[in-house]
Amino acid sequence: MTDEFAKHDALVPEAGPKSHAPHPAHALPMFDVDVAAARSALSEVPWEPGASKPDPILVADNVVRRFGGLTAVDVDHVEVQRGVITALIGPNGAGKTTLFNLLTNFDTPDTGSRLFNGQAIDKVPAHKIAGYGMVRTFQLTKALSKMTVIENMKLGATDQRGESLFASVLPVLWRKQENEIESRADELLVHFKMEHMRDQFAGTLSGGQRKLLEMARALMVEPEMVMLDEPMAGVNPALTQSLLGHVTGLRDRGMTVLFVEHDMDMVQEISDWVIVMAEGKIIAEGPPGSIGQNQAVVDAYLGSSHDSALDLGEGS
Amino acid sequence: MDYQAIIESLFRGLIGERFIVFALAAIGLNLHFGYTGLLNFGQAVFMAAGAYGLAMMVATVGPRLNENTGLNMSETTLFWVGVFTAVVVFPILFALVMGIPTLRLRADYLAIVTIAVAEIFRIVARSPRFDWLTGSSDGLTGFSGTFYDLSPFSTTGRYFFNLFTGNQFFLVLVGWTILAIGTTICWLLVRSPWGRVLKAIREDEDAARSLGKNAYSYKMQALILGGMFGAVGGMVRAVGFSVAQPDNFITDVTFFVWVALILGGAGKVFGPLVGAALLYAVLDSSDTVLRQLVENDYIPSSFMSGTQVGQVRFMIVGLGLVLLAAFRPQGIFGNKEEMALDDR
Ligand SMILES: Nc1ncnc2c1ncn2[C@@H]1O[C@H](COP(=O)(O)OP(=O)(O)OP(=O)(O)O)[C@@H](O)[C@H]1O
Ligand SMILES: [Mg+2]
Repeated sequence: MTDEFAKHDALVPEAGPKSHAPHPAHALPMFDVDVAAARSALSEVPWEPGASKPDPILVADNVVRRFGGLTAVDVDHVEVQRGVITALIGPNGAGKTTLFNLLTNFDTPDTGSRLFNGQAIDKVPAHKIAGYGMVRTFQLTKALSKMTVIENMKLGATDQRGESLFASVLPVLWRKQENEIESRADELLVHFKMEHMRDQFAGTLSGGQRKLLEMARALMVEPEMVMLDEPMAGVNPALTQSLLGHVTGLRDRGMTVLFVEHDMDMVQEISDWVIVMAEGKIIAEGPPGSIGQNQAVVDAYLGSSHDSALDLGEGS
Repeated sequence: MDYQAIIESLFRGLIGERFIVFALAAIGLNLHFGYTGLLNFGQAVFMAAGAYGLAMMVATVGPRLNENTGLNMSETTLFWVGVFTAVVVFPILFALVMGIPTLRLRADYLAIVTIAVAEIFRIVARSPRFDWLTGSSDGLTGFSGTFYDLSPFSTTGRYFFNLFTGNQFFLVLVGWTILAIGTTICWLLVRSPWGRVLKAIREDEDAARSLGKNAYSYKMQALILGGMFGAVGGMVRAVGFSVAQPDNFITDVTFFVWVALILGGAGKVFGPLVGAALLYAVLDSSDTVLRQLVENDYIPSSFMSGTQVGQVRFMIVGLGLVLLAAFRPQGIFGNKEEMALDDR
């Protein structure tokens, strides 16, 4: 017990609202989170479904979502640790995307409550979630085809004065902010090695490039937490490595990452913690190395009829 | 052949009253469909709102108000109150009625509701029950005096290469001024971050929402604003012909606005202007050309009579549209590469 408290204390000073403000000088936001402490704190967390974390950024309780007779999600309790990369895995149809939708209010649960940074977000409309510091990407990439890459990026910035109808016709009111947004967007594009596509229509990008664009665009929000639904799907192996680098880069800047992924190699490589879902329930949690040994997980994957290959031996 | 008449009709089509009316309505529809992706099949009702907002205030509602309250507003005051009602109050009202139930739903719901509202309004305005308010099927007259009193042009003279009477010329000048202002506003809007959000909603509403944009509110703003442009168009029409009649706002009118927009290129600032000009240049000049051909027996009367000209010119426009769809589906101003992105 004493250990538990000591660990908590170590993290609390950084957990105040002010200390989470992004660093303004970088295109990529920077949050004052002691990442090393956050990661090592996970070693104290028991390997069981619904385990409580020392410094959770997101907490969900009794979240249930039914589609007719099918219970797509039925999660008693789940916590996501701040400042680390958490992977959400599970067979096809396990309810991962549905849970994402519920956590970001793109869908309304039948029952249940969710807390983000200690604030209840149950009644918050989906478009306000970004303002709370949480942004998500979509399994089916949503690049805005008939807008250029740079326009896509600039859309991501929040609190734009020029987005109000009356200010929009008076460029003097927003030109300066627009320039700042644009240079931040350009820096991010350089960071993602996409600057040469700046003025291309997003619709002309390849699937992998769209994934990159969607991630970069989400970062324009300067989120504290990013939720990526299969960011690596359809991305070629060469690009995968750089995407993985980007994801770990986000964590190293203090952002919290929750991502869905089917490729176990990648999960092993970058995640600090893994949550396993099957048939709507969370069936296991633990560090990446622990998952392959978990009997419930083995049963869930081998017992289900789909053909996804989970290489359970790898890295465990 | 009377070539002068042909050229005159061509020019009238290109720059005249009907061009102005439909260009304004198409600018509105461009904000709806071209930029926000809203399927509005009831632009005619916004035009009717503009026409009736003014006509009722001056001709029926205003005088009754004066009678029943001690207000005693002059006709000039009533005219300007009417303009405000036409351009601000009615479009907001109609947009709220159509938008509140549908803008949270899929795009097709708005389409259905806009057609319904447009027809309901027209049929109610036609009904004898509301004769005291809307003048039923005869419509309302006698509301445009204040406007023409402002005209500096002589009512007997001819203006602009003899194309227009003084009053017509005044209307066209005012109309063009409004068009210029409207196009500038539209240009500023769509190049602003506000316009960027509209385009994002057109492309993918959920993506816009995940990035913190209130899609519902933006769609409502676009619906209202585009409706206001339609209302100004309808008001110009009513003042130009000095009458507001329910059957001026049948569903065909909505589809002419669509034709003008598609012809010019949806999602382009100058698309509505070019589309409307072209549409009415073709409609008006083909009317004159065909009539002359029939009168001078270039076309045998066994093939087509003078009374059929009115219908045949729509066939010509239809044929033109088919050719456009085949060879330039993006419209005159549209961008082919951009259009092709839809298929990916
Ligand atoms: N809108 C919906 N209507 C009906 N059923 C749905 C809906 N959305 C999801 N489901 C069902 O809920 C279950 C969970 O779907 P979900 O998309 O969350 O799975 P997933 O874990 O993301 O799968 P995958 O790995 O294939 O993306 C599936 O059985 C699916 O058919
Ligand atoms: Mg999924």
